[in-house]
Amino acid sequence: MIEVKNIHKSFGDAHILKGISTTFEKGKTSLVIGQSGSGKTVFLKCLLGLFTPEEGGIEYDGKIYANLTDDEKRNLRAKMGMVFQGSALFDSMTILENVMFPLRMFTKQSKSEMQDRADFVLNRVNLENAHNKMPSEASGGMQKRVAIARAIVNKPKYLFCDEPNSGLDPKTAIVIDNLIKEITEEYNITTIINSHDMNSVMEIGEKIVFLKDGLKAWEGSKENIFKTDNEVVTDFVYSSNLFKKVRQMYLEEKG
Amino acid sequence: MSYLHNIGSYFLMIAEMFRKPTKWSVMRTLILKDIDDLIIGSLGIVAFISFFVGGVVTIQTALNISNPLIPKYLIGFATRQSIILEFAPTFISIIMAGKVGSFITSSIGTMRVTEQIDALEVMGINALNYLVFPKFIALMLYPFVISIAMFLGILGGMAAVIFGGFGTLEDFITGIQIDFIPFHIIYAFIKTFVFAFLLATIPSYYGFYMKGGALEVGKASTTSFVWTSVAIILLNYILTQLLLST
Repeated sequence: MIEVKNIHKSFGDAHILKGISTTFEKGKTSLVIGQSGSGKTVFLKCLLGLFTPEEGGIEYDGKIYANLTDDEKRNLRAKMGMVFQGSALFDSMTILENVMFPLRMFTKQSKSEMQDRADFVLNRVNLENAHNKMPSEASGGMQKRVAIARAIVNKPKYLFCDEPNSGLDPKTAIVIDNLIKEITEEYNITTIINSHDMNSVMEIGEKIVFLKDGLKAWEGSKENIFKTDNEVVTDFVYSSNLFKKVRQMYLEEKG
Repeated sequence: MSYLHNIGSYFLMIAEMFRKPTKWSVMRTLILKDIDDLIIGSLGIVAFISFFVGGVVTIQTALNISNPLIPKYLIGFATRQSIILEFAPTFISIIMAGKVGSFITSSIGTMRVTEQIDALEVMGINALNYLVFPKFIALMLYPFVISIAMFLGILGGMAAVIFGGFGTLEDFITGIQIDFIPFHIIYAFIKTFVFAFLLATIPSYYGFYMKGGALEVGKASTTSFVWTSVAIILLNYILTQLLLST
């Protein structure tokens, strides 16, 4: 579980995060949504420990990040998996080497043990025959699946995804969303996804945190997001015609 | 102020490069790969340039010695001194700033743009140690490249003398042996080690801390070439003053 307590983050005069508090539970897929520039990426980077908040704190299973020693922080980071927006695969390595990379860095496993584990996770993301391909030879969807495999290969406790289905066609995006949800439940990990894709919210959002101008404007479940009267949220959610029609039909059905 | 900021950040980067070392089994692979990319991969161009520039230095020296009172062996002597003292360590280093430096800046810069460096940092890996330290170690073999440049430069000069008819082989060999001061070789290799350090770290700095996209990677490569060259030329002057002037 990750608990965020009143975090503030600024860059020069720009106050990006203005006191955000929330909780992300284990075994659940949580989505942080909001418009571009709302502070989602800064928020995620604070959770990853890449940015240090000026005020407030973040607790990982009861341990306050700011109070950890450098070694403890390093150990905690080794338990985090991250799926970047652009996949961020190491382009000088094959797909198999990319997936084995966290194991080579953080475990003392033999080469065959690492290979077995990498084979297992690559099979888990339905990439049985791509081991020796270079990332540049893989499609966008394949690269995302490799990034997920790399993120989970070292059995992380926390999985972070920055817009995991951006640039993908709707069908592949749903496959990636469902894969993340299945993995979250299967391995009982805390998953946080940055997104502005309402389809993802509908598919996998068990908890949704809505950010607006560096503040938490709303939080709740995917069921509640369509019922809320919060104007900031409804403006965002119903900005697409499709969702406007869905809401109209829902309200008509309810009378 | 931005110059001071860059100089400060550069030295902080060097200090950080030695902290939190990467696992040796991984580091060994990275060093071998960088030796292949930076050292072995540069031998061809260094050999080609050294041989022909050595020849040109010899021809120009020969053509400028018109006084019959000046002995012909001076061609070999001048070639040796030019190549060992300046051409091999300094001129080749400027070329390497273009070849190796641009490669280092663009490869690390591309990793920055495509979030690969962020991926390393998220995993808790010291990205500077992982990326820059192997290049620094690989370039400690740079004196090997410069030795080859010295040898081939003198060989090129010898070929130019023989095939151009500027003198005899005996005169040239006498020239390259006469008044030989072993400290000149030590001086050349001290410079080479310093330049190797600059070649590994300045381009890495510009790649690692770049911001932006593909266009900025290109700009960073150009900037890194300019500043690596400036640093080489300045340190060349300082080291020559310190080591050769009595």
